[in-house]
Amino acid sequence: MNGHSTYETLRHFADSWGLAALVVTFLALSAWPFRPGARKANEEAANMIFAEDSLGGDDNGE
Amino acid sequence: MESLVARAGWWLAALLVAVFMFANAQDAPFAVHMAVFALAALAGLVLSLRNTDYKLAAAGKKPAADQGRYDDDLIRAGVILTTFWGCVGFLVGLYIALQLAFPALNLGFEYTTFGRLRPLHTSAVIFAFGGTALIATSFYIVQRTCRARLALPGVAKFVFWGYQLFIVLAATGYVLGVSQGKEYAEPEWYVDLWLTIVWVAYLAVFVGTIMKRKEPHIYVANWFFLSFILTVAMLHLVNNVNLPVSLFGSLSYPLWAGVQGALVQWWYGHNAVGFFLTAGFLAMMYYFVPKQAERPIFSYRLSIVHFWALIFLYIWAGPHHLHYTALPDWAQTLGMVFSIMLWMPSWGGMINGLMTLNGAWDKVRTDPIIRMMVMSIAFYGMSTFEGPMMSIKSVNSLSHYTDWTIGHVHSGALGWNGMITFSAIYFLVPRLWGRERMYSQRMINWHFWLATIGIVFYAASMWVAGITQGLMWREYGADNYLVNSFAETVAALHPMYLARAFGGILYLSGALIMAYNVWMTVAGKLRQELPMRQAEYNPDADRPLVATPAE
Repeated sequence: MNGHSTYETLRHFADSWGLAALVVTFLALSAWPFRPGARKANEEAANMIFAEDSLGGDDNGE
Repeated sequence: MESLVARAGWWLAALLVAVFMFANAQDAPFAVHMAVFALAALAGLVLSLRNTDYKLAAAGKKPAADQGRYDDDLIRAGVILTTFWGCVGFLVGLYIALQLAFPALNLGFEYTTFGRLRPLHTSAVIFAFGGTALIATSFYIVQRTCRARLALPGVAKFVFWGYQLFIVLAATGYVLGVSQGKEYAEPEWYVDLWLTIVWVAYLAVFVGTIMKRKEPHIYVANWFFLSFILTVAMLHLVNNVNLPVSLFGSLSYPLWAGVQGALVQWWYGHNAVGFFLTAGFLAMMYYFVPKQAERPIFSYRLSIVHFWALIFLYIWAGPHHLHYTALPDWAQTLGMVFSIMLWMPSWGGMINGLMTLNGAWDKVRTDPIIRMMVMSIAFYGMSTFEGPMMSIKSVNSLSHYTDWTIGHVHSGALGWNGMITFSAIYFLVPRLWGRERMYSQRMINWHFWLATIGIVFYAASMWVAGITQGLMWREYGADNYLVNSFAETVAALHPMYLARAFGGILYLSGALIMAYNVWMTVAGKLRQELPMRQAEYNPDADRPLVATPAE
């Protein structure tokens, strides 16, 4: 296999199977937080940064 | 005791290697750098011997850290050094802006020419100011969001101070004329190797802390930090595959030549923007903005989509730096298309950050830190709109190689990175030193306006300068010859260069006010001042009307 055909092979892979695999992976990862039952987990995660505040201390003097 | 001896032995070995390299150095800058390495190893040796509790070590015990407290010493040092490097970087930036307007300021020394001070400026603001801020805030945020003390405290110290050593080596190298000649990857091979070691240690500390977390979730800010650390490691390794001419000299040559080398460099260069200056600072946004606004992020789901979209798209955008070059057309178009697709996650992230203030917009009026955060997110939105637009080939044919690019970079760096870092510093300092608030809220407000007006001057003057330049360069006369000589375009830009330098003065003044404010807060002072918000309240009048009987 010479250099030129390696380039062609990789380029064809990149715009066919490689592209398809990346798109499918991306869509699956993006859809994951929208799965049924994820709402509670998302809310917990979003609010966990305030858990320490309920223990007292830590405010900016406002 | 054995571990102490081993540690001291490692420092001594490092010292001896550095001295050996110094003695065999083939060029002066290499000798200077090996001397710096030797001094650092000596400092490490002395400090590790002096700071050991020998009674404890003789009993065969290790000093136990209180796992019920966060490890904040490095973060305090990081906040101070971020402030310091910021002022240094902005000052050098102002100086080279003035050099462009007044070339006499090159001073006639090789060490003070624009060509050497420019990488000093870019590295001081990106890697020293931005990098120190990223390390400090990532250590702060990963501990708070994992509810666990920092893992591997000794390694964490090595990461922090090792990174500072990298900054010193890079900065002195530029002034001495040591450079790979690759933008944002100027440090030579031995400094690159040092940074690689530091970065792997950084990854170990970060992942180690996530692994000992007490929270079920890994908060989204940590995703952004982790992608920043991992991707920067990959970019740094691939773009710095260089072969040194000698093991005792500072010169090296890259493995890839020509267009392959250019593509690798801009794959690195653009993702340094994408993962260092965007993903890392978005992690700050996703923690500090909700904390300061005292309400959770607008949509946690959107933040995750933002994350994956950014990761999957950014990595392909680099070729837009090589439009109309020897790079294959399909690769140029690919870079352009992915850059334009980046509009969506960027604006999704901007909306997510801004909408966090939904229902608390009054805080923009009353809280100068929130005001700064909002401005920073707004600049994130503006510069991520401008960038994809400039990546369109026909726009790029006008904008490329002109000052428009410089203006674009600065609206992102000064507006987005600078402002979010300043607000993070204002958030952190009172907490880290246990103060009620910053020394002065009103000085934060002054900083906000000086910085904002400074950026306006910078960006507006560079738009005008860039478009002027682009149009003058491409202007052909009826005789099919170029109308303008290069020197004529330079003369045309002079007023714009003055306006840019004025913007720089304003931005630097704001940073100096911040440095004073941080200094006084750390010293424990509290400025007597009118509060930022003054809604009228008269307790005497605050009572019901009672009818008084007539006499």
